[in-house]
Amino acid sequence: MKAKIAEKKTTMSRTIRADYLARVEGEGAMYIRLKGDEVREVKLKIFEPPRFFEGFLRGRSYLEAPDMTARICGICPVAYQMSSVHAMEQIAGVTVDGPIRDLRRLLYCGEWIESHALHIFMLHLPDFLGYESAIHMAPDFKAEVEMALTLKKYGNELMALVGGREIHPINVRVGGFYKAPARDEVRGFRDKLIWGMEASRKAVALVAGLEFPDFEQDYEFVAMRHPDEYPLTEGRLVSSRGLDIDLSEFENEFEEQQVEHSNALHCVHRERGNYFVGPLARYALNYDRLSPAARELAVKGGLDPVVRNPFKSIIVRAVEMFWAYEEALRIVDSYEPPEKPFVETPPRRGTGFGCSEAPRGICWHRYSIDDDGLIIDAKIVPPTSQNQRTIESDLREYVKGRTSLSDDKLQWQCEQAVRNYDPCISCATHFLKLTVDRG
Amino acid sequence: MPLRTTKPKLAVWKFSSCDGCQLSLLDCEDELLAVAGAIEIANFPEASRAVVRGPYNVSLVEGSITTPEEAERIHKIRRNSRIVVAIGACATSGGLQALRNFQDVDELSRLVYAHPEYIESLNNSTPIGDHIFVDHELRGCPVDKAHLVEVLSAFLNGRKPNLPNHAVCVECKRAGVVCVMAAHGTPCLGPVTQAGCDALCPRYNRGCFGCFGPRENPNTAHLATWYLDQCGQTPEEVIRLFRGINANADPFRRESLRHES
Ligand code: SF4
Ligand code: SF4
Repeated sequence: MKAKIAEKKTTMSRTIRADYLARVEGEGAMYIRLKGDEVREVKLKIFEPPRFFEGFLRGRSYLEAPDMTARICGICPVAYQMSSVHAMEQIAGVTVDGPIRDLRRLLYCGEWIESHALHIFMLHLPDFLGYESAIHMAPDFKAEVEMALTLKKYGNELMALVGGREIHPINVRVGGFYKAPARDEVRGFRDKLIWGMEASRKAVALVAGLEFPDFEQDYEFVAMRHPDEYPLTEGRLVSSRGLDIDLSEFENEFEEQQVEHSNALHCVHRERGNYFVGPLARYALNYDRLSPAARELAVKGGLDPVVRNPFKSIIVRAVEMFWAYEEALRIVDSYEPPEKPFVETPPRRGTGFGCSEAPRGICWHRYSIDDDGLIIDAKIVPPTSQNQRTIESDLREYVKGRTSLSDDKLQWQCEQAVRNYDPCISCATHFLKLTVDRG
Repeated sequence: MPLRTTKPKLAVWKFSSCDGCQLSLLDCEDELLAVAGAIEIANFPEASRAVVRGPYNVSLVEGSITTPEEAERIHKIRRNSRIVVAIGACATSGGLQALRNFQDVDELSRLVYAHPEYIESLNNSTPIGDHIFVDHELRGCPVDKAHLVEVLSAFLNGRKPNLPNHAVCVECKRAGVVCVMAAHGTPCLGPVTQAGCDALCPRYNRGCFGCFGPRENPNTAHLATWYLDQCGQTPEEVIRLFRGINANADPFRRESLRHES
């Protein structure tokens, strides 16, 4: 029986497709067409409808940017808020430091924790264990699922503590915050963070024990890099192929291209084509900036300083989740409220750039504003549009050696290969659905 | 595994949106396993690959209608669902993306895309209720988690959801929050915005920007005059305030249009 199918496959062509990719944020599809063992076509289609954010930001006040751009994505609103406020502050010629800067990092740690916990346990882990969802997993892995939910919950609570609420925080403004949380409220978070660090250690041990397909690619990793910190909101843009630029130079090096099969623009390096953003890139380019405890945990999790197997991103995410808990603890333990929760940023004509490390990769913004502070022009490059082409190339390479698998298996594994990237399609259109065509 | 399940079926559907409202469901960390125990999550692509066929007892619909395909798809969901609940500002008013309703979509498309001809989009972003009968609307950008749980338990138990319909202002008064408008002259949509957030923004010393949408019979004209006379706002600023996350909600839309010269 098996032999017969295999024989058929060398002569026939087939399609593997997922018309609506599950466990990703937003609406996308995957389409793969095979002729025998040859991969003829791979498309990651994004049919998430466009919402034209860059268009309608024109004419709005620079002060509205954080509230408006947050609505691009319910999973990583803080990334949009942080990239936009930094751009506006650059225009105003203001640098935000001290406790306000710390609070921003604390808020962002909350988003990393929430998003990573969600992706590790609810979106990615079910693939490795062969379940349709975390909810299906719960009866067999009750303790793990409960731990995951608490890990996630504390991330959300951190966001609510600093931002007022977890989704679309209301407390972020250009220059800082509307109101600084009280000292006791923040310091009182300590025990939860210590629990989170311990639980993250368990999470690393758990995911490090999974089976990983033998699949490594020679990516160009792109991430931010800061002189002394693991990157969140500030730094230069660097790559594993020697790129080292200021945020303002992004467009000299990268360009967005529109393709017919996707509502999301593909961002590529002008000369070298596709590249990779997100946890693997951040980790490879900033290994030396991780805390000693996080590095030690990475070693325990079996990770080298550079990881080229995208399926292992689940371990890197767990290490980053640990780091975020640890960093949050550092901030919480030394927190004293700022005298004033924000720095004044009077409107001033100019162009500014902001970039931050969203949980799924760099989120780059450019704004120009006029003398009255009205936005003249806006450009936003979300992480998933940067990874789209790399996801397609991963799919092509992954399917190559595995054409003898059944359609169902191949489809599921391809979906998993897409989910390696924690793609956020809502972001990418400002992006996922799956199809394998053997026909 | 039993072949047939008698648990009520819940489906979650996405239209044009940021995913934030459906994420709110996954953010109910304390209730999630209990909810999953009481009902069958029959369609929720963001959380699960499993798809169970309808009909569904309750469909939660996130997002607004912005493409011809969406305008078609929503009818299928209505036909397959006993109860349809529109969740969030996108689904109940058209959301922030309804700012397109005040502009030329072809032009917007040209601003964002090099080949606007690849993009299929309607001129207006419209709420679910403009297309089908909706049993209940849950406001907010995003919806409140507790409201989501209340609505689910109400419909599953055959009762009406118990949710506030007064103004954000009332929540401030009840909580003893200092009025940002009276104290600091900060323009605030609180008097005309439906409660539900527990006066979140005023608690943080900022004006409400209407993410829960207009309350019943809001006196927007009176409030706009106050902004102009007492808060020193320009008509353009008044337009921007009403033309935000719920720009297409009727009272807010009309008020913003009134100030266009
Ligand atoms: S209402 Fe707000 S939070 Fe909900 S989907 Fe729309 S933009 Fe996102
Ligand atoms: S105060 Fe207004 S803008 Fe703020 S959360 Fe409440 S309804 Fe939304």
